[in-house]
Amino acid sequence: MQRKHNQKAWFLVLPVFLLVAFSAIIPLMTVVNYSVQDSFGNNEFYWVGAEWFVEILNSERFHSALGRQLMFSGLVLAIEVPLGIFIALSMPKKGWGASICLVLMALPLLIPWNVVGTIWQIFAREDIGLLGHTLAALGVDYNYTQDAVAAWITVVVMDVWHWTSLVVLLCYAGLSSIPDAFYQAAKIDGASRWAVFRYIQLPKMKRVLMIAVLLRFMDSFMIYTEPFVLTGGGPGNATTFLSIDLVKMAIGQFDLGPAAAFSLVYFLIVLLVSWVFYTVVTVQDAEASK
Amino acid sequence: MAEIHLKDISHAYMPEPKGPEDYALKALDHVWQDGGAYALLGPSGCGKTTLLNIISGLLTPSEGAVKFGEQDVTTLDTAHRNIAQVFQFPVIYDTMTVRQNLAFPLRNRGVSAGDIDARVLEVADLLGIIDRLDEKASGLTADAKQIISLGRGLVRRDVNAILFDEPLTVIDPHLKWQLRSKLKALHQQFGFTMIYVTHDQTEALTFADKVVVMNDGEVLQIGTPEELFEKPIHTFVGYFIGSPGMNFLDAKVDGNQAMIAGQSIALTANYADTHNGKTEVGIRPEFLSLHSPDHKTNAGIRVTVQTVEDLGRHRVVKVDAAGTPVTVLVHEDEEVPSGDATLVFDPARTLVYRDSRLVEGVG
Amino acid sequence: MIRKMIKNIRFTPIFYIIFLMLPIYWLLTMSLKTNAEILGGFSLWPADPTLANFKTILTDASWYSGYINSTIYVVLNTIISLAVALPAAYAFSRYRFLGDKHLFFWLLSNRMAPPAVFALPFFQLYSSIGLFDTHIAVALAHTLFNVPLAVWILEGFMSGVPKEIDETAEIDGYSFPTFFTRIFMPLIGSGIGVAAFFCFMFSWVELLIARTLTSVDAKPIAAVMTRTVSASGMDWGVLAAAGILTIVPGAIVIWFVRNHIAKGFALGRV
Repeated sequence: MQRKHNQKAWFLVLPVFLLVAFSAIIPLMTVVNYSVQDSFGNNEFYWVGAEWFVEILNSERFHSALGRQLMFSGLVLAIEVPLGIFIALSMPKKGWGASICLVLMALPLLIPWNVVGTIWQIFAREDIGLLGHTLAALGVDYNYTQDAVAAWITVVVMDVWHWTSLVVLLCYAGLSSIPDAFYQAAKIDGASRWAVFRYIQLPKMKRVLMIAVLLRFMDSFMIYTEPFVLTGGGPGNATTFLSIDLVKMAIGQFDLGPAAAFSLVYFLIVLLVSWVFYTVVTVQDAEASK
Repeated sequence: MAEIHLKDISHAYMPEPKGPEDYALKALDHVWQDGGAYALLGPSGCGKTTLLNIISGLLTPSEGAVKFGEQDVTTLDTAHRNIAQVFQFPVIYDTMTVRQNLAFPLRNRGVSAGDIDARVLEVADLLGIIDRLDEKASGLTADAKQIISLGRGLVRRDVNAILFDEPLTVIDPHLKWQLRSKLKALHQQFGFTMIYVTHDQTEALTFADKVVVMNDGEVLQIGTPEELFEKPIHTFVGYFIGSPGMNFLDAKVDGNQAMIAGQSIALTANYADTHNGKTEVGIRPEFLSLHSPDHKTNAGIRVTVQTVEDLGRHRVVKVDAAGTPVTVLVHEDEEVPSGDATLVFDPARTLVYRDSRLVEGVG
Repeated sequence: MIRKMIKNIRFTPIFYIIFLMLPIYWLLTMSLKTNAEILGGFSLWPADPTLANFKTILTDASWYSGYINSTIYVVLNTIISLAVALPAAYAFSRYRFLGDKHLFFWLLSNRMAPPAVFALPFFQLYSSIGLFDTHIAVALAHTLFNVPLAVWILEGFMSGVPKEIDETAEIDGYSFPTFFTRIFMPLIGSGIGVAAFFCFMFSWVELLIARTLTSVDAKPIAAVMTRTVSASGMDWGVLAAAGILTIVPGAIVIWFVRNHIAKGFALGRV
């Protein structure tokens, strides 16, 4: 759509600008302020420049948290995106079956994140949980509070449980925008099931899939509450992702300087990756509307 | 190539149809001649698309059989029917180039790469898109996309029939004529059977050798455009074809006389007065004429002229015949009386309908 | 063989839904059991269903006030977010202006800010202006990620409304506010519903910031739940009941928007 130039439009965005500036810029300034100073308590600060950044960027602690975070986001995307596509493809297209699927699938998305953690904490416990109990009865050696691998599997399965539906719903929306004639034409052209997916369904899902990947990357990269409730970052530091580590540092140890530097580096990483995705999505939007 | 025989087919979308009203397509037996150009004409929701989908194999009829020549294809799937279809909204594969779009049906059928290339070039040449083969298909205009949809049917040498489901709906008006002539030319060149669904009578009448008029799931008449115009066998066909449509007046018919509102007009044949149902006299506006009230005739009734609409070479006159509105087409250099007038029927063109169906007189 | 596999694909959603429902079912059965039964032995369903756990929550002010607090700030947040996002989304969908693209990405970038980064500065900001432990503080803090999302969704829906409608209204002599509220907003009704749904959802499920900004008066239910760890051990039954009660509002809201869910999750961009 061709949009008009109109500088008065700024009046319409002014409320948003002020509100978000208040909630974003002031706190961000606070963080920046902390990140370049040190304190010995009593509200006495002195300038340390980029020292905290150097320290954080070189610290083993940050590297390993970042490594775990990247691995977690990668795993979660690698499972949820294909699984979500597959489920969306096999869902009924309309009617009451589709409605029931949508409502039930959306349910985990509206559960408070700490409750998600609680649900899985209970579900996976050997003494009172269905999953833990069943695994133990089958003779599987599984204890997510002691064993790092079990903890990882539990956290990843929990995230798959929690968020795959988002990918499903997005893909479903993309699929339901395809007119029946496309499927009929494909039948007439003798296309295989794979060709229908590759040349009709996938191209139509491309834009929503980009949004799905963007949202899932952002949210998985910022995950805090669910693993915090489930494992507390343990055993040891096995499931200590960036946010958990940051909160430990800032609130637990009150290391404000390093925590602030950590925050900024963390934010910049999310921003950078998201910006790349966002650019891809908007370029495609522009191409599609041509 | 072979003729297509729809043998006593009917279709209902619900599993256990009870009465005729449950059928989206009522009983039909028809042979589509090989190489014919047919139009399926009727208002929206009359069952045209159902019929088309039965021929293409997207639907299996609830009853009856579909035969291509001697082969029964009732349960054969679409891909193996040698049928191509062009849809209302252009269907193209967005991520492919024009060339890949055209090659797609052949690739799916395992044709060798060399043969595909040759055939795609041949068809592209005929369609006049040879210089656009390497463009991305998603960037094309609607009419170009429809041409490519058609091309995907034409590349297959074995195609029996090409079905068109209102293919000009999304085409700009000034391009419609162009595309229609192109279709006609291709039909003559390739000789495939062509079945063309539309709700636009001009499109149907200028395009097809035979027009199939449908309403409410029923095929009412199959005939040439002339037959539909001169002898509609059902009142709906009379209304629907022609512009303005045919006039129908309640009448009592006895022998070679029809009584309309107490005045009699002459008919050219004898009809027995044994029928209890509704009897009507039908005549096209072209075959009526208006005269002054004192005009002497044995085939006229008294009417009141209400409105006159000038269309250039013709004038459309609406008159009131004892409560029934009648449309008369008057040539530009004929007089139109105002107020009371005598409406004269051409006896040779005056048809009699009983319960909406044409009845033939004797002698 | 392949045909059989393709037929079985139809059951995939059923398996997936079973996978989704099992943990929730387990929480539900636990909420209907007594602590003795939970810890005493393993059973797939409650032997003697009891509503005692729910009764504990619904009769104890320190419990149910958590729900009230959460509801208040969630509703406040939804109202504020929509009120500022509507005009902004209109501007983004209709006009080009200085810095529009940068502003849009800057808004979105706030959706990308890890709550953990902002928790502490928020605490200091709202303490310094005397809003600590109030509902409005949480509502305002949550606008950080809800407003960008609301703008994004609404912009998507608004771009689907032809601009000719705006022009016609102008010719017909409608003032901008009248046009916007009487004509334009009803046209994007489902978009507003979807945006409200998302604001509700993300505000309802968030805990880190809500917990950081409250202590007693505005404490959200999610934070109250940590109370169940007491000297006498875990009160599993009550914890499960509290969990079930936090799922209910979400389930109700989903039911209302069920016909728009799919399009909504695609941010109106399908």
